[in-house]
Amino acid sequence: MKTIIKNGRVINPATDFDAQADVCIADDKIIAVGKAPEGFVADQKIDASNQWVFPGIVDLCARLRQPGQEHKATIASEVAAASKAGITTLCCPPDTQPVIDNPTVVEMINHLAEESDKARVVTLGALTQNLEGVQISEMMALKSAGVVGVSNALKAVKSTLVMRRAMEYASSHNLTIFLFAQDPWLKGDGSAHEGAMSTRLGLEGIPEIAETIAVARDLALIEQTGVRAHFYHLSTAKALRMIARAKYDGLPVTADVSAHQLHLTDMELGEFSAMYHVQPPLRSIRDRDSLRRGVNEKNINAICSDHQPHDEDAKIGPFAATEPGISSLESLLPLTMRLVSENVLNLSQAIAALTFEPAKILGLDVGKVESGSTADVCVYDPKSDWTLTKDSMLSAGHNSPFLGWEFQGQVSHTLFNGKLVYSRDTVR
Amino acid sequence: MTYRKNIQLTPDKKLRHFLSIEGLPRAVLCEILDTAETFASVGQQAVKKVPILRGKTIVNLFFENSTRTRTTFELAAKRLSADVLNLNIAVSATSKGESLLDTLRNLEAMQSDMFVVRHSQSGAAHFIAQHSPKHISVINAGDGQHAHPTQAMLDMFTIRRHFPDFYPLKVAIVGDVLHSRVARSEIHALTTLGVNEVRVIAPKTLIPADISSLGVHVYHDICEGLNDVDVVMILRLQKERMAGAFLPSEKEYFLSYGLSEEKLKCAKPTAIVMHPGPINRGVEIESSVADGPQSVILEQVTNGIAVRMAVMSLAMGSYSATQGEV
Repeated sequence: MKTIIKNGRVINPATDFDAQADVCIADDKIIAVGKAPEGFVADQKIDASNQWVFPGIVDLCARLRQPGQEHKATIASEVAAASKAGITTLCCPPDTQPVIDNPTVVEMINHLAEESDKARVVTLGALTQNLEGVQISEMMALKSAGVVGVSNALKAVKSTLVMRRAMEYASSHNLTIFLFAQDPWLKGDGSAHEGAMSTRLGLEGIPEIAETIAVARDLALIEQTGVRAHFYHLSTAKALRMIARAKYDGLPVTADVSAHQLHLTDMELGEFSAMYHVQPPLRSIRDRDSLRRGVNEKNINAICSDHQPHDEDAKIGPFAATEPGISSLESLLPLTMRLVSENVLNLSQAIAALTFEPAKILGLDVGKVESGSTADVCVYDPKSDWTLTKDSMLSAGHNSPFLGWEFQGQVSHTLFNGKLVYSRDTVR
Repeated sequence: MTYRKNIQLTPDKKLRHFLSIEGLPRAVLCEILDTAETFASVGQQAVKKVPILRGKTIVNLFFENSTRTRTTFELAAKRLSADVLNLNIAVSATSKGESLLDTLRNLEAMQSDMFVVRHSQSGAAHFIAQHSPKHISVINAGDGQHAHPTQAMLDMFTIRRHFPDFYPLKVAIVGDVLHSRVARSEIHALTTLGVNEVRVIAPKTLIPADISSLGVHVYHDICEGLNDVDVVMILRLQKERMAGAFLPSEKEYFLSYGLSEEKLKCAKPTAIVMHPGPINRGVEIESSVADGPQSVILEQVTNGIAVRMAVMSLAMGSYSATQGEV
């Protein structure tokens, strides 16, 4: 199968390439950007005139709810939503049911993803068995089964000793450790950022120090053990400053932020709407603005969705009694592009934070549109106006605070491994 | 980033639900107080009833145990001639795994007109108001650590009966502000009614973050905080606070923050002492102060009935229509 994407503006942050060019694809590889090789005859032509062509998005953290919570979503439903949103690689954290702490679960997820065949699904193995924070997992076996890293997901490893050993062991097997840094005692039963808003609403607060203390501990352990580490979903300005300092000192650390944290703050909580119940919590305007600067200055490497689709019941109830999280695959690219229109990021920075940079964190050779790279491509119509609605969402979870938001710019085609997996003209 | 309209008010700024003091204009609070004043005499009549809510059904929906608040709401509803249904859901439906929304659907099917709600989750009353059909008014009888607006209004009523004006008053709230829905509602009521100064007095462990954003001054020393105040509001201290490392012991709390006769001398000699009840004698307040001449604690209980009658009748919108009969 040969495909040509004609006349688009090709943006490839990996090589700072930004120019009008044709992209030629043979099977699962891009074989040329620019002039088609001699004798290249395309079976399929995509007209990308007045459109942008950039790498398929790599999402560092997306819960697909399978196995274990199929009433919320399935791999098939979420992979379809991803392809519509221009996402071609999804990284699934280990807190499925059962937990990804043995090769069988990895194989099961791989199998289901291959059946859907609309996006690449990679997995993180559990750092400790059943995420209990007591006994470290069989990381070598998990690595052989294909996990791209290890993580304890949202469950804190309370014992500093276990965390040290887990880091040492992960480092021995050359595995990146993905950390969700939050002190479990300071978090307590909190559900909202500790500040004027949580005080007004009488919601138990999650203080800024719940994040900074956990980041401080983990940074000290990273320095000690030499493990390569990635910090998930930073939410505070102070933690960002600590990460920036650690990077300056040469520690092997990277960090991401979820797209919603770059737009929403705790000011949204005034009416107790459960759609704004997320973890880590929405923080202050100062934090949000610092996080935006952090992406611009590359101290935050990547923007991810932190996708958490829910059934309707999960969000019906008083704020703290609802389940946290946003169904966010379909708002990841729109929210990031909005940062470009707000002059927070330039286009190349925005696309790098969604593609090339997260691919590097996962150690995957994707996220590029250049000769020889894997043909994961997103074609984007920058002028198209649309509104996010329940009906337009393909994800099984409709829990989004962005319903009703108007966006400019929309994915028109997604190619995964050289195969056209989404086309706006054929789906709705 | 957009704020929705206040669900507590009708388009013409009349009370529809009573969920929190915050967001209500001064005029509405004054209307509640004035209406309560007209009801205050009903309790002294031989026939303690007015027919304002005759034929209406009020459901007391208590997801959290309470005797005192539920009883005064029940009495208030009965004095307004409403039919009252008491549901103690703490021990019934939800323990059988029924969701809050299902419980609501069932009650709607019984054609009730008003829900009086108490729940352990902050925001529960808002949630119920948002998910109930249009004709139902929701009165918040305490939600988590968020609000207890009728308690605040009965305290305002009590203050007004002792002082001619709110403007010159200095008010101190003493105790566990962090966990107190009463304190939050009192602060909003006092600042909306325009008192001179509101203070909160407690150790740092019991003061919520950025409380000064609500327009209060924070004191950690009780005598300093009570200096020159007209009203002392004591909050109830829950025993769980020792386990949560908020406080070392009840004894130490009493020594440092318990209102003794000695400490009360720091306030103005004319100051009144209030407590939402039930009292822990010898913990947050000394018996001789609770029963002393400056205490208005039992008045608060009596006033609670008139204020709740006022809130119920106003929210049901029937007060003005039948005013002549009072």
